[in-house]
Amino acid sequence: MRGPLFMLIVASVLLVSMPVHAEPVGAGDPLPAISLTGPEVEAQRTYLGLKKDGPFNPADISAELVIVEIFSMYCPHCQREAPKVNQLYQLLLDTPRLGNRVKLIGIGVGNSPMEVDFFRDTYEVRFPLFPDGDFAIHKALGEPRTPYFMGIKLGPGGKADVVYAKLGEFADPARFVDEVMAKAGMK
Amino acid sequence: MKSKGWLLIAALFGITAAAPALGESLAFKEQIYDVGHLKPVDSVLKVAEGELAPDFTLPSVGGEKITLSGYRGSKHVMLSFVPAAWTPVCSDQWPGYTIARPLFEQNDAVILGITVDNVPTLFAWTRQMGDIWFPVLSDFWPHGQVADRYGVLRGDGTAERALIFIDKSGKIRKIHVGDINERPKLDLIVAALKEMNAAP
Repeated sequence: MRGPLFMLIVASVLLVSMPVHAEPVGAGDPLPAISLTGPEVEAQRTYLGLKKDGPFNPADISAELVIVEIFSMYCPHCQREAPKVNQLYQLLLDTPRLGNRVKLIGIGVGNSPMEVDFFRDTYEVRFPLFPDGDFAIHKALGEPRTPYFMGIKLGPGGKADVVYAKLGEFADPARFVDEVMAKAGMK
Repeated sequence: MKSKGWLLIAALFGITAAAPALGESLAFKEQIYDVGHLKPVDSVLKVAEGELAPDFTLPSVGGEKITLSGYRGSKHVMLSFVPAAWTPVCSDQWPGYTIARPLFEQNDAVILGITVDNVPTLFAWTRQMGDIWFPVLSDFWPHGQVADRYGVLRGDGTAERALIFIDKSGKIRKIHVGDINERPKLDLIVAALKEMNAAP
């Protein structure tokens, strides 16, 4: 019984059960379980509405919709896009109807905390950025190229669904927000 | 028969492990040749920390020839050997060093990027990276001669992913030959630059 066929079956079951997406998560997928640590800045914890210290899941963020930028300090497109993503953050802050409903975070894949800090300082990024130094989040998300934007709609009971996903830069922050909100069924 | 079965399992997991997990940038979408998971290190160093760095002159993408000893007395140098153009990891390594330029300037250091590719290939590849502020050198002919002199030429003719920190006196202060499949962290570079610049 314990011949090559049996071993192949065992291996196949193990491979299928590994929590790695073959394709990057996209619209219609539930958000895989990912854990974020930080931010250490109190103002950013307040922005995210985190109720307790320690690691958290994006579903813990106080918002209806969370826009996530998957970036890397080493990615030239992410570097070029940084001022526009800052504009997006400012737009969210400045628009009363968005208020606390839509929040923005960034995850630096393969980046150490220091590399994320360096990216933050270089481009004067004020929204929360999180390191993913060991690519654990990147793997859980199906290894998207960067920059990759996701819109995650949050619901009761920790429900978090990806309603929007886009590889590459966006043209206009206002139109981008409208597009993501429309996919989330928000006005 | 049994061992063949386990070999099969090992191969399956090997394929999974070889899947790209490098956070590659869209800048090189569909232009990067997937080399798979490579043997982490495939060479033996021929230089050591504390020794005088072997001098060399190589052609650069900018057109001029660059001599290592030309920096002696004026700048610390970080040699950044990368395996080959148009391959994973390498293609996102130097763009990170582009925005890290202030860190090098603060520590009175420059980068010399080196691969074993020829100049036209390096020209096309680095143009995809945006503005690379440091010289990119071609160790193409005699093939990999400089990489070999330092002991970072791999068996397949590519170079290791290696960083060699050389102070203003021309002495090697730190050597990092990392896993070719992984990008060295900026943390390591900053620590080495600071240590080198702080040394008497």
